[in-house]
Amino acid sequence: MSIQVLVFYLFGTLLTLSALAVITVRNPVYAALFLVLAFFTSAGIWMLLEVEFLAITLVLVYVGAVMVLFLFVVMMLDINLDRLREGFARYLPVGILVALVMAGELLLIIWTKGAQNLVLDEGNPDGFSNTAYLGERLYTQYLYPFEIAAVILLVAIVAAIALTHRGRREGGRYQDPARQVQVKKDDRVRVISMPAVDQKESDA
Amino acid sequence: MQVITNYFRSLLLAELFGGLRVTWKYFLKPKYTLRYPEEKTPKSNRFRGLHALRRYPNGEERCIACKLCEAVCPALAITIDSTQREDGTRRTTRYDIDLFKCIYCGFCEESCPVDSIVETDFSEYHFENREESIMTKTQLLAIGDRLEPQIAAARRQDAAYR
Amino acid sequence: MDMQSVMTLLLTVGKILLIVVPLILTVAYYTYAERKVIGYMQARMGPNRVGPWGLLQPFADVFKLLFKEIVLPSSANKFLFYLAPVLSLAPAFAAWAVVPFDDWLVLADIDASLLYVLALTSMGVYGVIVAGWASNSKYAFIGALRSAAQIVSYEIAMGFALVGVIIVAGSLNLREIVLAQQGGIFDWFWLPLLPLFLVYFISGVAETNRAPFDVAEGESEIVAGFHVEYAGAAFAVFFLAEYANMILISALTALMFAGGWLSPFENVPLLENTFIAQPHLLWFLGKMFFFMFFFLWFRATFPRYRYDQIMRLGWKVFIPITIVWLIAAAVFVLLGWVEQGV
Repeated sequence: MSIQVLVFYLFGTLLTLSALAVITVRNPVYAALFLVLAFFTSAGIWMLLEVEFLAITLVLVYVGAVMVLFLFVVMMLDINLDRLREGFARYLPVGILVALVMAGELLLIIWTKGAQNLVLDEGNPDGFSNTAYLGERLYTQYLYPFEIAAVILLVAIVAAIALTHRGRREGGRYQDPARQVQVKKDDRVRVISMPAVDQKESDA
Repeated sequence: MQVITNYFRSLLLAELFGGLRVTWKYFLKPKYTLRYPEEKTPKSNRFRGLHALRRYPNGEERCIACKLCEAVCPALAITIDSTQREDGTRRTTRYDIDLFKCIYCGFCEESCPVDSIVETDFSEYHFENREESIMTKTQLLAIGDRLEPQIAAARRQDAAYR
Repeated sequence: MDMQSVMTLLLTVGKILLIVVPLILTVAYYTYAERKVIGYMQARMGPNRVGPWGLLQPFADVFKLLFKEIVLPSSANKFLFYLAPVLSLAPAFAAWAVVPFDDWLVLADIDASLLYVLALTSMGVYGVIVAGWASNSKYAFIGALRSAAQIVSYEIAMGFALVGVIIVAGSLNLREIVLAQQGGIFDWFWLPLLPLFLVYFISGVAETNRAPFDVAEGESEIVAGFHVEYAGAAFAVFFLAEYANMILISALTALMFAGGWLSPFENVPLLENTFIAQPHLLWFLGKMFFFMFFFLWFRATFPRYRYDQIMRLGWKVFIPITIVWLIAAAVFVLLGWVEQGV
């Protein structure tokens, strides 16, 4: 057994265990952190397949940005741990059904394509750049799907803001940092010249 | 228009570079800091440090127990007991200064008619126990004996202005 | 496992030590340099008591910190509390794996090393956020939230600035990015990408939570931010991570915008064949120290930003500038004004 296979099984076990922990641990912060671990180990497995661009992007996007926001929300909310347990039995059948459907789909793919075709061959030739290959494909062969996906994401961002943004309250007091940093000394300070007055003379 | 020119001017970061220039100027300037135990500032001959009781050249202590210093002391740091010696002069039996109370104002020195209690320019002393802060008569006389040359020199230099 | 893989493993561990040990020493003397430089800029001497010119001061500090007690706050989450410093230190060190010190001197010359660095620097925020939450202290928590929001925001501007570098260099590999800058000081990327260079470096200062962007520590309002509750060795680890990150940002700036190990005097008529026109490791270190000095200079000069102004700067100033200049850089390359490397 080569080291690669050994590392694969190590990462695979870790991934499965952390994914299980995501749904079993009670503390939501722990669950989020286990999800981070799951993302990280799956990035490691992708690394074994020599698709470093995708692996690093997974870490960059999901671990570096998405999960930080997740943690943010989970930490801010004071979640009642006991309430989370309720309804577990009620949703169990639905959960099992979804799990079965997903497992069936996976099996269907393996059945149609044949298990042999899913395994990558003996690595890439020397000097082959996975990143360059991916970029080439993405901007030539798959240009339209790629651009459409980008536009959909943009629309989603705009929609999310449009749905939640309420605008500023009428008559509310707000600071506008953009205007505050524009202020120059001359806008606020006026230097005036006052001639000195002899007090005795002016009294007299 | 003003806003637009201001925006582009702010992109030049002129104010930030101005600030950086100031700190850079000070970075190169000589420093004023004194490396204390090795370097010391010169002291005035009127410096008010640790107290001392002086003697006359013949060895007789100057203090006549008039208690003016005790009376003038704003911090009530001085305690004096006195008695009549065999030769009929009035002398102190006890002359304590509590250095924790003392504010080093120098009034005792000013009030003394015989220049007995003085403040020396010695300022580097410390205590390791609470009661050590009270200087007794013998300690004060010992300090006076030790530092007499400096005390006398400082008084001579300042005599013209008194 | 055969003999060869064991040897490879040992060799790699040796190489890692060759990077990490000098890095820790640099951090130690960076703290000394910080106190000295800021002292000089405030017309003071800085530390000068421990050893000649205070040169042993970092060691005195380290031993002091190691002998102090690590206090666990009441009802803090013990596991996460001890995990957080490690979480912030690990990415700060791991990113050095792909930093090329010279043309041949790099631990792992991987294809997408720039992305790798970006991914790892974005991981550093976990140490902060976990520390803030596990401490069970409101100051720590507020500091962690501020810091996390700030790091995530400035990462975008930083990433965009790096896209400009990628466009001009034509590669994601740090070594190739440096090689694309050959030809003297005016062929380095700082000139065609000047706005991106400034945005990158300023974002780097914000990313490491250094002054003037250090509201996460803001000692006048939230005591010391996310690491209030940490003392002793655990605090030392946070400290180490922060300074290792500053050095990393300086090194990356030197690599991507200032020609890495290339000499600034390449192709200068008289010097062309002398030794100072040759690329060398020392050029890289010199440039790195130059940028490291700026971190200290900024701290001595600028007052702390207000939090909403920091966010405005990141989102409303830096990101638009980088987007504009990305298009400009692409146009430069298309028109052939800037030669694309590789």
